[in-house]
Amino acid sequence: MQLTNRSKVVSNKEMTAAEAAYIPAVLKGMAVTLKHFFKRPATVKYPEEQREFSEVYRGKHVLKRDENGAERCTACGLCAVACPAEAITMVADERKKGEEKLYREEKYAAIYEINMLRCIFCGLCEEACPKEAIFLTKEITPSNYEREDFIYGKDKLVEGIEPSLRIDVSKRQDR
Amino acid sequence: METIFLIDKTVIAFIAFAITLLIATYSTYAERKIAAFMQDRVGPDRAGPFGILQPLADAGKFFFKEEIIPDTSNKFLFIIGPGIAMLTALMTSVVIPWGGSLNLAGRDIPLQVADLNIGVLYVFAVVSLGVYGIMIGGWASNNKYSLLGAIRASSQMISYELSMGLALIALIMITGTLSMKEIVEQQHGMNWNIFYQPFGFLLFIICAFAECNRTPFDLPECEAELVGGYHTEYSSMKLGFYMFAEYINMFISSAFMASLYFGGYNFPFMDSLGLSQNAITIIGVFVFFLKIFFFIFVFMWVRWTLPRFRYDQLMRLGWQWMIPLSLLNVFITGLVLLWYDK
Ligand code: SF4
Ligand code: SF4
Repeated sequence: MQLTNRSKVVSNKEMTAAEAAYIPAVLKGMAVTLKHFFKRPATVKYPEEQREFSEVYRGKHVLKRDENGAERCTACGLCAVACPAEAITMVADERKKGEEKLYREEKYAAIYEINMLRCIFCGLCEEACPKEAIFLTKEITPSNYEREDFIYGKDKLVEGIEPSLRIDVSKRQDR
Repeated sequence: METIFLIDKTVIAFIAFAITLLIATYSTYAERKIAAFMQDRVGPDRAGPFGILQPLADAGKFFFKEEIIPDTSNKFLFIIGPGIAMLTALMTSVVIPWGGSLNLAGRDIPLQVADLNIGVLYVFAVVSLGVYGIMIGGWASNNKYSLLGAIRASSQMISYELSMGLALIALIMITGTLSMKEIVEQQHGMNWNIFYQPFGFLLFIICAFAECNRTPFDLPECEAELVGGYHTEYSSMKLGFYMFAEYINMFISSAFMASLYFGGYNFPFMDSLGLSQNAITIIGVFVFFLKIFFFIFVFMWVRWTLPRFRYDQLMRLGWQWMIPLSLLNVFITGLVLLWYDK
């Protein structure tokens, strides 16, 4: 299949005298680089400028709370099963009396970890989740010095209770 | 009179030294910027406005880097290597006429450290010494890659020095002198040697690329094959010295090309402007540096355009093409000179 019209048939023919003299080809190459010299750079100066993200960008995950502030996740493990990269692990626990404010279902994830080095940001966990608990957000996972620091626990994944800390995922919900 | 003469020369030598170092420092910055622009990037832009302080930051970093001297190396030679490279790089600037002469307090002060009557020959002698710095450094490192890089550097420099010299002989046949000052003065106005020796200039610039170990002839340090070439084992400011020496060499060969072929500090219509001698001299110095900067730009431009030669291609080009062609150039120049003499 022809993808572009720039492809050339390779041949091993003898070079002509002009080609063997290098100079014309060298000058042609220099003309190309000089043209690029005056082109606008393609660089996005990252911390100051950011590339525009798509509304449905698949970045760092968030574990959602419901309208009362209770965690939605019930530690069913479907996301972990769905995950092609095997990035998710969790430990389930039973909800005690008096914890209804914290956890929506009777079972909850005591530990919930995503290894961001394994994750390929495919979004299958989100599709698998029956409780609408996990979503991918527009945030990107920052770089780090240690591999351990890429294992994100509940402290980094669960969104805050206050309305201002809630993360809007409506764009990814109504797909 | 003697002491005043000495003071003049010392001052000029120091200024030339300082300018050489400054330009070498900022060549690193220019190189990175030019590379970036040619690759549609921005280049260093964090240290100071437009990254203008980047070379200083680099130099500072060089000083604070850990100094590693390999256990098995010959310590004395290992340390003296970069020094020799630097010394020979700096020595060549002595004979370059930076400008005409300034008339200060009734005395004519030529802007040249020493007007040797064998200036061109002197440059050649010193440049060929430069290979010792590389060779000693590479040998003393006791590392295969360093040694290979050093051997490549020396064989390449020796091969290309031949055709470089032959290209120059054709020029000297026209000028009839070896003094840099006289060669430049003969090109007064627009009477530049490039119009008499265009082919010789082409040969010369190709050899200059090889002499400075610049792409497409940067085999001594080709990262893909030899790690870092002759300076693989070097760290800290000693590595800095080698890199500095390379940039100084580039600056000096640009100055050399500008003064031998492109009229040095001469510029068109310099007599019809009706300016005083001092003004002409100062403009001349600026013009000279413009020409030098242009050639430095060409050096970098070529570096970021062309891929590297293979080693056998390099040697074949040197011995089978450059030397016969420069001999032919000498021959034709001689014929033409004979013709005009009659
Ligand atoms: S986005 Fe894909 S890879 Fe990442 S945790 Fe979810 S299912 Fe696994
Ligand atoms: S995030 Fe969803 S799928 Fe995963 S364990 Fe919690 S409820 Fe189940």
